Amino acid sequence: MSKGFDVRRQPGFSTIAIACFVLLYLPILLLVVYSFNAGSSIAIWEGFSWRWYVSAWENEQVKDATIRSLVLACSASAVATFAAVLAALATTRSKPWRGQTVVFAMVNQPLMVPEIVTAVSLLIVFAAVKQVTGYTGLGFLILAHAAFCIPFAYMPIRARLQGMDLSLEQAGADLYGTPLRVFRYITLPQLWPGILAGSMLAFVISLDDVVITEFVKSAGQDTLPTYMLGQLRRVVTPEINAISTALLAISVVMVTGFFFVNKARK
Amino acid sequence: MIEISGLTKTFGEGQSAFTALDDVSVTIRSNEFFTLLGPSGCGKTTLLRTIAGFLDPTRGSLTLDGEDLLSKPPYQRPVNTVFQSYALFPHMTVAENIAFGLQMLNRRKAEITATVAEMLELVQMTALADRKTSQISGGQQQRVALARALAPRPKVLLLDEPLSALDFKLRKEMQLELKRLQHETGITFVFVTHDQEEALTMSDRIAVMNAGTIRQIGGPRDIYDHPAERFVADFIGDTNFLQAKILSTDGAQARVRLVSGGEIAAQTAADAPVLDDGASVTLAVRPEHAELCAPEGALLSGRLRDVVYFGTDTHYHVALDQNETFTLRRQNQPGQTQVWQTGDHVGLNIAPGIPQILKD
Repeated sequence: MSKGFDVRRQPGFSTIAIACFVLLYLPILLLVVYSFNAGSSIAIWEGFSWRWYVSAWENEQVKDATIRSLVLACSASAVATFAAVLAALATTRSKPWRGQTVVFAMVNQPLMVPEIVTAVSLLIVFAAVKQVTGYTGLGFLILAHAAFCIPFAYMPIRARLQGMDLSLEQAGADLYGTPLRVFRYITLPQLWPGILAGSMLAFVISLDDVVITEFVKSAGQDTLPTYMLGQLRRVVTPEINAISTALLAISVVMVTGFFFVNKARK
Repeated sequence: MIEISGLTKTFGEGQSAFTALDDVSVTIRSNEFFTLLGPSGCGKTTLLRTIAGFLDPTRGSLTLDGEDLLSKPPYQRPVNTVFQSYALFPHMTVAENIAFGLQMLNRRKAEITATVAEMLELVQMTALADRKTSQISGGQQQRVALARALAPRPKVLLLDEPLSALDFKLRKEMQLELKRLQHETGITFVFVTHDQEEALTMSDRIAVMNAGTIRQIGGPRDIYDHPAERFVADFIGDTNFLQAKILSTDGAQARVRLVSGGEIAAQTAADAPVLDDGASVTLAVRPEHAELCAPEGALLSGRLRDVVYFGTDTHYHVALDQNETFTLRRQNQPGQTQVWQTGDHVGLNIAPGIPQILKD
């Protein structure tokens, strides 16, 4: 007997599902495979070799871009997470206030507004600031990345705060804890998994951003993704594959970490 | 001494406004075990949370030993709460939980250690001091919650249905335990429950609440034997209601005539308005306050509809001749034979002065 509707029993379900997975993951698999190609083509297999990883490692430009990417991702996710914690506290731990929904929407705005719009508007604003101040450092990129990373950091932190038993904080206040000490000794220790998850997500999002970075960066401020984009205009070698695979590995580790951190404390 | 006067709490506005507390005034004495008893939604928890400081009342005043509490945030009130869900801090050990309040009060380390040890002793949890709170049973969590709230020596301990999550046997144990703790510490306990039996066994005084108001305040015996109105009589224990007319009144006593024609002395509620002769009233009679007898010359008579055996006692359901029903309870004795059978025509007698005249 059938127990109601189950999409898995519909004809063609498994075919479509498999096709989707193949389309999603086959290209990535090919990318990874060809990063180990001994030849210099990204389409003709000539045997296994680590040479492109070695070449990427020894490439000064790649090294430079990698360090910049990591510094940028660390700083941006730190700024974004800090802002996200404050935003999450304001939207879950205060009495309902006028305009709360608007603020909630505005915090999540980078998820909805097309990235190119954000990129162009930041370009215009930062160009003006650069003109006036003469500062062309990494600060602009950090600010820009932090801005679009906030909603990614905000979501898990807010979810954690909402899932938390409010009576714990009340008990803290009842036992003579001032609001600041209650936050320090009760809320924060409970919130850590959310903060960690949020910052990891923000880190990954910042690490692979192309569009906004391309628009905001000053000359010579290539990150790994924009460096790779630049390379595509010249000769494409499996070195690109090797760098991509390394990036993929970092992302997978972070996202897996996010998953386990999220699960561990539930 | 807690003095509450004209306390009102309204949630929402306009059409959807809900009055959780409606002009509540009550004085809770020092060192007493005071229970707020009522059905869910009666406002008892709202009142407790207002004393704790988690809710601001719409109107009214609240003082503790003459000191205004409403102007103080929860962390400045010398009042601690045992939460219904216990609300133990999951990232701390049992001992750390108990120490928390003292740490927040910036007590000296040696004093904290000593008090925590003393509290652990008091609730018999010394052996489990270093366990995480998730590694102990519900009953043990309950004890830790108590110890944590008692450790800072509050003037008042608020208990929000703390026994409701425990199973029957453990609940009975904790009832005695709580009573003992209250006695030993001399702290005022304000206890919220919807369980009338719990209220009767533990309290010095009970306030019965309904729809945001206090209906009656008194000792367990007062409340049980002399319910002032229908709600109280009905909510606490089982009650039979009989219609009657006043013949004459003499202070707290009145002579009434039942619908059956029988006459009996009844008790009026302490703060009831003066009743006119001939006024219609409702009497409340507890099931164990009446006796079965032969129908001839009895106060009431009827047909025995059901006899239900309950182990410790037997319930007799009588369909009275006047279209009312009456339930009687008799304690069972060993070797007792069943005198009355279902279908028998029986009589009912009630001792004079026992029926309580309700205010409504």
